[in-house]
Amino acid sequence: MRIKTLIAAALLLAPLPAQAMEGHVEPLFWRLTLDQLERHWQDGQDATSWKLDGFIGGDYEKLRIKSEGEATDGHGVEELEIQALYSVMVDDFWDFQAGIRHDFRPQPQTSYATIGFQGLAPQFLEVDAQAFLSDEGDLTARLETEIDLPLTRQLILQPHAEIDLSAQDVPSQTIGAGVSSLGLGLRLRYEIVQEVAPYIGLSWEKRLGESARLSRAAGEDPDRVSFLAGIRLWL
Amino acid sequence: MTMGTEGLSRRDALRLAAAAGMAGVVSLYPGRRSFASADHETSLLVEETSITIDGDRFGAIAMGGSVPAPTLRWREGQEVVVQVTNRLREPTSIHWHGLLLEGMMDGAPGFNAYSAIAPGESFTYRIRLRQSGTYWYHSHSGGQEQRGMYGAIIIDPAEREPVRADREHVIVLSDHTADHPDHIMRKLKVSEGYYNKGKRTLGDLIGDIRRDGLAKTWADRRDWGDMRMDPTDLADVTGYRFLANGKGIQDHWTGLFKPGERVRLRLINASAMSIFDVAIPGLPMTIVSADGQNVLPVKVDEFRFGVGETYDVIVMPTEDRAYTLMAEPIDRSGYARATLAPRPGMAGEIPPLRPRAILTMADMGPHHGMDHGSMDHGSMDHSSMDHGAMDHGAMDHGSMDHAAMGHDAPVPAPPTRDGPPQGWDQAGTPPGKRALTYADLKSLTRNADTREPAHEISLRLTGIMERYIWTLNGHKFDHGGPIRVNQGDRVRLTFVNTTMMAHPMHLHGMFFELENGQTDRKPRKHVVIVPPGKTVSVVLTADEPGDWPLHCHMLFHMNAGMMTRFIVTPSSATATL
Repeated sequence: MRIKTLIAAALLLAPLPAQAMEGHVEPLFWRLTLDQLERHWQDGQDATSWKLDGFIGGDYEKLRIKSEGEATDGHGVEELEIQALYSVMVDDFWDFQAGIRHDFRPQPQTSYATIGFQGLAPQFLEVDAQAFLSDEGDLTARLETEIDLPLTRQLILQPHAEIDLSAQDVPSQTIGAGVSSLGLGLRLRYEIVQEVAPYIGLSWEKRLGESARLSRAAGEDPDRVSFLAGIRLWL
Repeated sequence: MTMGTEGLSRRDALRLAAAAGMAGVVSLYPGRRSFASADHETSLLVEETSITIDGDRFGAIAMGGSVPAPTLRWREGQEVVVQVTNRLREPTSIHWHGLLLEGMMDGAPGFNAYSAIAPGESFTYRIRLRQSGTYWYHSHSGGQEQRGMYGAIIIDPAEREPVRADREHVIVLSDHTADHPDHIMRKLKVSEGYYNKGKRTLGDLIGDIRRDGLAKTWADRRDWGDMRMDPTDLADVTGYRFLANGKGIQDHWTGLFKPGERVRLRLINASAMSIFDVAIPGLPMTIVSADGQNVLPVKVDEFRFGVGETYDVIVMPTEDRAYTLMAEPIDRSGYARATLAPRPGMAGEIPPLRPRAILTMADMGPHHGMDHGSMDHGSMDHSSMDHGAMDHGAMDHGSMDHAAMGHDAPVPAPPTRDGPPQGWDQAGTPPGKRALTYADLKSLTRNADTREPAHEISLRLTGIMERYIWTLNGHKFDHGGPIRVNQGDRVRLTFVNTTMMAHPMHLHGMFFELENGQTDRKPRKHVVIVPPGKTVSVVLTADEPGDWPLHCHMLFHMNAGMMTRFIVTPSSATATL
């Protein structure tokens, strides 16, 4: 029930695209990007993860959906997060976003209200910065950045970095206050066409401080290095 | 933030109604009159068709049964009537590009009380011709123009034709693609740089470091990165087949001549998105008319051809051989080719494609607040006087008065060693050859109105490349207010291009005079190319009441919002409102 209420609220938050003069409706555009669909090979458990980003809207306002998740071999889906956001242009390169996030996994499920900024920083850095307030009152934040470096017209190297922050300990999610984790990734993709690009890469995740301790206590490795291979698609 | 949706105010609507009433079009010409009393009558059917380009089939829209549409040949002073019937499944329209006419006959939906022609419906245009020269007609609805809705108009003068020619040919240049315009627009909106196949790669980086050194390359990459822009972005859309009179480069259209004849070529750039460099190797061209208006003859080897512009040139081939007219789009993603030959079935030599220029910080103009004066002038100093590219054409055709004008100055910077030509205006003109500049254009007749403008209007050409939003003064079409002047006003319109792309700006309903250094022989044009980062000004006498579109003629720039209303309030309405 809680989820339905939140989704309804998010839909109300998103007004219809601005209409220009009489009868002239702003055209709507949409895009669905499966940014990552990849297999991780690592010590211990291999895993499959994905990251999805979609939007529909006009030039200035959009409805945006983001989702990511991970299934570990033998354990099924361990992480599944979906966000529904209203996104509005606040600058040539930046959108302000507000909406809801719901984590279906891990259990117990958690809902969040979220605000953030997404856009293109100087030097072509794609940035996504979000803050989350959970239904338990916990405040966390996530900062992601990546850049496309074309080696050739079709071969593109994409470094990626992520920092997770927390204002408090959240033991149920093995999160400690402060910088809870760092992630670095390097993906080399080959754009068969721009819409279809298989890739290989490396990723490194490190949990820090209290988060690391909580992870170890939960029987998880706070450091994780994996080789990966996957495919990036968009429509 | 540009989120306003003001649209037209009631006050504007009243003024417009007054303008339309003044012109008398609403009551007299509801668009359904018979052909009675017309001097010339034409019917044009607009329908889906397919065309074959070099053996490949493409979907297209035909007007009057062909792509390009049939050439309409009229005489000044005639009253012409064109009945247009829409057989498409979407609304359509025909705009008479460059013609002086009543607002409602202009054919731009949403302006001058003109509505698009619904599927299955007809509209009858009625125009009293008040001018002569080379013009064209095209759809003003969505992306239909790119799909083939364009054709030539030739209006012979009522009096003596000042241009002597033994024979003439119309050459309509265009770009055609299998991609539907709606599809292209979506790609541009959701994936910035989608069609740019020439982005800088690691290889380019290494090449640049070798040529320019690490420091300069680093600074260059940093500056473009700061702006989040791409210096290789010369054309938003690629994948076009470039056509001359509807023919591809293999089928190449041929126009005949007898050696020794004076041949008049009426050239029209009817493409959706392609600015061309046009040359006929071995055959100098004498420009006699620009945008349908006669100019003092100027002999050149090539000219840069903006979308929507027309040029009439005289060529005098004396040899019994075939010549190739080459039209290379500025991103060099192909070429259009036409053949001039003494007999059918001949083919001229095809020169190698010229290198694509790359934009420099100088093309960004002063609007980005960076001090990069050293870049363009600097390249003059050190990149070799012995290089040959700068000692000829570029120098002898008035770079002096250009510099004095303070704008639109083609800095004669030669290509740097091994690298691409640096700067938007570097056409790769061969040594010893001469390219037309706007400063060369002098009206054949003296300007009728030489008053100093009393009204200054500044129009910033703006946009957000990353989002593919194109705007004027930061506003998409009808999100900002219109430009308003009164009938009879003498107006200066200054285009300040803050973007990194060239914009061929087009005004409906009136000619403007290009401020190109001439005093009383300013050329009269309906399109002016405003190069990236440059400022170009025009003056005009607002003598045609109406609600006129003023827009970039790059199809996708216009459709993304780069358009505004230029409202000329009739003098009678000014008194009553």
